[in-house]
Amino acid sequence: MNTIVCIKRVPDSATRIRIAAGGRHIDPSGVKYVVNPYDEFALEEAIRRREAAGGGTVTAISVGPPEAAEALRTALATGADEAVLLVSEATHDGRAVARALADEIGGREFDLLLFGKQAIDDDNMQVPQMVAEFLGLPCATVVVALDIEDGHAVARREVEGGHEVVEFDLPGVVSAQKGLNEPRYPSLKGIMAAKKKPLDEKPVTLAEPALELVSLEEPPAPSQGRIVGEGPDAVPELVSALREEARVL
Amino acid sequence: MPDVLAYAEVRDGTAGKAAREVTGLARSMADALGGEAHVIAVGGTGTADAVAGLSGLGAARILVAEAPGLEPDSPDVAAATVAARVSAGGYAAVLFPASARGKDLAPRVAARLDRGLATEIVAWELSDGALAVRRPMFAGKAIATLRFEDAPALMTVRANVFTPESRDGAGRVERIEPVGEPRIRVTAVEQSERDRLDVSEATIIVSGGRGMQDPANWHLLEDLVAALGDEATLGASRAVVDAGWRPHGEQVGQTGKTVSPDLYFAVGISGAIQHLAGMRTAKVIVAINRDADAPIFSVADYGVVGDLFEIVPRLAEAIREARREE
Repeated sequence: MNTIVCIKRVPDSATRIRIAAGGRHIDPSGVKYVVNPYDEFALEEAIRRREAAGGGTVTAISVGPPEAAEALRTALATGADEAVLLVSEATHDGRAVARALADEIGGREFDLLLFGKQAIDDDNMQVPQMVAEFLGLPCATVVVALDIEDGHAVARREVEGGHEVVEFDLPGVVSAQKGLNEPRYPSLKGIMAAKKKPLDEKPVTLAEPALELVSLEEPPAPSQGRIVGEGPDAVPELVSALREEARVL
Repeated sequence: MPDVLAYAEVRDGTAGKAAREVTGLARSMADALGGEAHVIAVGGTGTADAVAGLSGLGAARILVAEAPGLEPDSPDVAAATVAARVSAGGYAAVLFPASARGKDLAPRVAARLDRGLATEIVAWELSDGALAVRRPMFAGKAIATLRFEDAPALMTVRANVFTPESRDGAGRVERIEPVGEPRIRVTAVEQSERDRLDVSEATIIVSGGRGMQDPANWHLLEDLVAALGDEATLGASRAVVDAGWRPHGEQVGQTGKTVSPDLYFAVGISGAIQHLAGMRTAKVIVAINRDADAPIFSVADYGVVGDLFEIVPRLAEAIREARREE
């Protein structure tokens, strides 16, 4: 079972986002970067598949600046066998990233291509489907359970108020949602072993963005709220405020 | 080519809020561009009947690819059919709802057309004839403005942001042929919680956090939801989802869902950054918390400090009373 897992380095979800001068990027100072949380489910799934099959390789691939190598090292320490960093400038453009990934992955042999369902920085939620289309492969998104037998996959997808079961033949693309598994953390032994695993860095030139990022702003400050009162005695005033002032009841 | 195409999602045999909101937005955009709003629907028997009423929201053409085998339909056929229509139709913009279906489908269509895609847009404008949109990034900690370099501008539209208006579009159903082969097959749809809306769809959300103390106490929030009516649903903080108290589908925040309801109750939720990012665009926020210094109060429009176990039942009762008076 050979799998490829796409990994993105993103700011930690507990990070406060500040906009850098120029208004088109975030200010990276003081930002803690991590492996995109949804990619951890994808990586875990790939490692489990290899373990269950008793063989095969897990290849982690990322598109990003040289610093993204750090996220790939984490993937190697967690259990990936090899990694490839497609070194490029940072971009907000999902299509350009998908194209670069498809170009790299198209020349490889694999059974399963895994992604996190979305990266928590751009929140584009489009790269897995786009790569699948560029490669002409079946694709199941937002997957919370995956069964594979004899080259046939059955996946459960999260949809509004329930789940959808989809089936397809491998090779195929799956984007992982929280709940797919419980990701492991890198062990000390894994961290040591990762230093000897191959991490290939290849410069790539991304396609021109299809969308121009005009500006990036902080959201408007929340309207100044008020404490209506304390305890259950405040309830009548709260209800009348919601009805007459806010008009939402 | 100033026309705008909206993908009308049909779920449970009806064109619901997702379909109505994108149709209404397509009409607004088409008005600004001097064109028409068209809708496209792809699905099994009954799809045409489900979407025919969208002419009442301003659709001038209603394109329906209906075939018995398309229920429940594969996203591949929908993607191929929509992409074929967009290639033939010369549209200025193509809109999809940011529903589970729309978010899955839109990137497939964009890739087939080799276009860019803006997801979860919350605002739009025309500047020098080009469409620009605003969308949250970092789960709402930043708002990006993006300009489409050329047409068609493909986008998914966040729920509960654009309200459709009644307009006579005089559109009639026109049959088109579904194209493409399914690469994945939908073999079952399991509706587990049909008694309540999904957090991404509801206009009122009652979310509980660690302050609820025990999953057994959720009946208090369920009762408040019941008092608020059919448009209300339950949400949850990451802490209680991680603790296994509530299903992940209810999680609001950066690693859950980002929501924009009309009314959001945060009950026993302190307000971690990742949670605030997911709900700060709610139109009205009510926080109920014992700790007057909890960060949730900094984003709340209305706060009540105190014991939620006393406040929530009283609130449900007061809302029921108010509803009876109407």
